[in-house]
Amino acid sequence: MMDSASVVDVGRPAARRGTLSHSLRGGLKGGEYTWALAFVVPYLAVFVTFVAYPVVYGLWMGSEASLYRELFADPIYQTTVVNTILYLALGVNVKMFLALLLSGFFMRPGWWMKALLLIFVLPWAVPQISTFISIHWMLNGEWGFLNNALYTLFHVEGVHWLNDRWTALGAVIVSHIWKWTPFWTLILLAGRMAIPLEIRDTARVDGATGVRGFVYITFPLLANLYLISTLLSTIFLLGDFNAVYFVSGGGPANSTHVLATLGIRNAFEIAQPRLGVAAVMSALPLVIPLVIVLMRKLRTTEVQL
Amino acid sequence: MSTIAADARLASSRALTHTRAVRRRRYLSNAGVLLLSVVLVVWSLAPIYNMVLISLEPEGDVFTDHIWPRVPSFESFWGVLTQGHWYLEHFWHQFANSFFIGAMVTFFALLFGSMTSFSIGRMRIRHGWLVSNAALLTYVIPASFLAIPFYRIMQKYGLANNPWSVIAALVAFATPYAIFVFQEYGRSIPIEVDESARIDGASPFQIYLRIYLPLMAPALVAVGTYALLLAWNEFLYQFLLLSSMDSMTVPVALAQFLNSDQSPWNYMMATAIVYALPPIAIYYAFRRRMAAGLTMGGVKG
Repeated sequence: MMDSASVVDVGRPAARRGTLSHSLRGGLKGGEYTWALAFVVPYLAVFVTFVAYPVVYGLWMGSEASLYRELFADPIYQTTVVNTILYLALGVNVKMFLALLLSGFFMRPGWWMKALLLIFVLPWAVPQISTFISIHWMLNGEWGFLNNALYTLFHVEGVHWLNDRWTALGAVIVSHIWKWTPFWTLILLAGRMAIPLEIRDTARVDGATGVRGFVYITFPLLANLYLISTLLSTIFLLGDFNAVYFVSGGGPANSTHVLATLGIRNAFEIAQPRLGVAAVMSALPLVIPLVIVLMRKLRTTEVQL
Repeated sequence: MSTIAADARLASSRALTHTRAVRRRRYLSNAGVLLLSVVLVVWSLAPIYNMVLISLEPEGDVFTDHIWPRVPSFESFWGVLTQGHWYLEHFWHQFANSFFIGAMVTFFALLFGSMTSFSIGRMRIRHGWLVSNAALLTYVIPASFLAIPFYRIMQKYGLANNPWSVIAALVAFATPYAIFVFQEYGRSIPIEVDESARIDGASPFQIYLRIYLPLMAPALVAVGTYALLLAWNEFLYQFLLLSSMDSMTVPVALAQFLNSDQSPWNYMMATAIVYALPPIAIYYAFRRRMAAGLTMGGVKG
C-alpha cells in the first residue's frame, strides 16, 4: 500500500490524469459511491440529531408571539439588551483594536519578544472557568486582591466592584478583553507574517515606514482578516456565557445579564424555558445577517480560525 | 584651506548631532518597549497571580489584606491530591469524568471530521458542498443559544446526567472545525497519491486508513489538541446536563460554591490550578502545531 503511495507519477500525460480525476469526481462507481456515502453519514447524523433538530425545536419553542410581548415588557430584559449592546460594542472593538496594535508590537525581533509572547498568551491558555473565578474573587470589595493592592501600593480605598451595575459590567467587559486579546493578537500576527517580505521591503524603500507604512501597506492587506475576525468575534461574544456568569453572575439584582445568560436564567432559575428561548431568539435579527455575511466571507477567502 | 577645514568641522558636528538623535530615538524606543512589556506582564499575570496567592493561603486565612504570600502553605494542594476536604471529596472522580469526555470528544471529532473531509475533498462526493455548508453554519451558531432546546431533548431521551449527552453536543460543535482544517490541509496532498493507490486496487477504505490518515498526521494533532481543549474547558452544557455527584466534571464542581460565603477559597483556587495544568501543558507542548491549525491555509486575505 505505502509503496504505491510513494511512487507518485506526477509526470503522467495530462489527458490520462484528466480522465482519471473525471471518473473520481463525476461518476463515482457504485461501490465507491457507497463508500463515499458511508464516510459522510456519521457526521450528517450528528449534524441532524444534535444541531438541526435542536435548532428546529428551539424555533418551535420560541414561536409564540405572546412570549415576546411578555419578554419585551420585562424590565430585566430591557436592561439586558442595553448590556448586550455595550458588551458587543466595547468588548469586540477595544479587544480587536488592541490586538491589531499588539500584533504589530510582537513583530519586533529578539528573544525578549518571544519570551513576552509566551507570557502574554497565558490568559488564553488557562481555562476560562479558572481565570474567571479568580477574577470574581479578585474583585471582592472587602477581601479581593485588587482592592488590597490598591490600598497597599497607593493607599486608595477601592469600591465594591461587583455591587454596582456599571463597575460590574465594566469588570465583565475587561475580563473578556483580558481573556481573548491574546488569541486575536496571534491571529493578526499570523496575518502580518503572511505579508510577503518583498512588499514590506519595497514599501520601506519607497518611504512607507512607521505610521505611513501601516496606513498604506499593512492595514489594507490586513483589512479583510481584521473584518472577518471582528465579525467572528462578534458572534462568539454574543454566545459568550462564561464571562458574565462567573465574573458578575448577572448581578447585582440581575442588572448585568446579557442575552446568553438571561436565556439560561429564564429557563432554569425561574423555570420558564420558552421565555429563555425567546430571549435568545430576540438576537436573531443580529445573528442572521452576521451568519450570512460570515458564511460568504469564510467560503470565498478560506480564512479559518 | 581654512574653508575646507571649517566645512569638515561642520559636517562632523552635523554627523555627531545626527548619531545623537538616532541614539536618543533608539533609547526612547527601548524604554517604550520595556514599559509596555512590564504593563503587559502585570496585566496578563494579575488574575493568575491571584489564583496562586489564594491557593497558598492556609485555611481560614483567605480573608486577609496582604498581596504577597506570607507563609506559603501547600495544605490546599495536598488537600486536592488526597481529597482531604469536604469540598474535594470527589475530585479525582470528577477529573476522570472530565478526561473521559475530553478523550471521547477528541476521538469522535477526529474520526467523523477526517471521514467527512475524505469523502468531500478526496472522493468528491456529489453535493459535498452541502455538507461543508452545514458544518460552516454550525461553526457560526453560538453553542449557548442551543443549550435550552438541547437540554429538553436530552431530558426527553432520558440522557440527563449521562456523559454521552455532553459528548454528543461537543462532537457536534467541534467536528465542523475539524472538517475545515482537514479539507484545507488535504489540498496540499496531491490527488495523484489516491489515484495511483486506486489503480493498484486499493479500496476507498484502505486509501483512507493507510494513505489519507498518515499523511494528515500534522492536521490530526492540531485538531485533536483543539477538540481536547474545547471539551476540557467547556462549561455550560456540562453544568446543565451533568448535575449528579456521579457524572459531575471539574468545571461544574468548581462553579458550585462561587457565591457562597462559606466557600473554601484556597481549595477552590488550588483546584482551579490543578484543573488548568493539563491544558497549559498541552498548549505549550503543541503550540506550534496549534498555531498552524489556527491559520492553516487561511489568512490568504
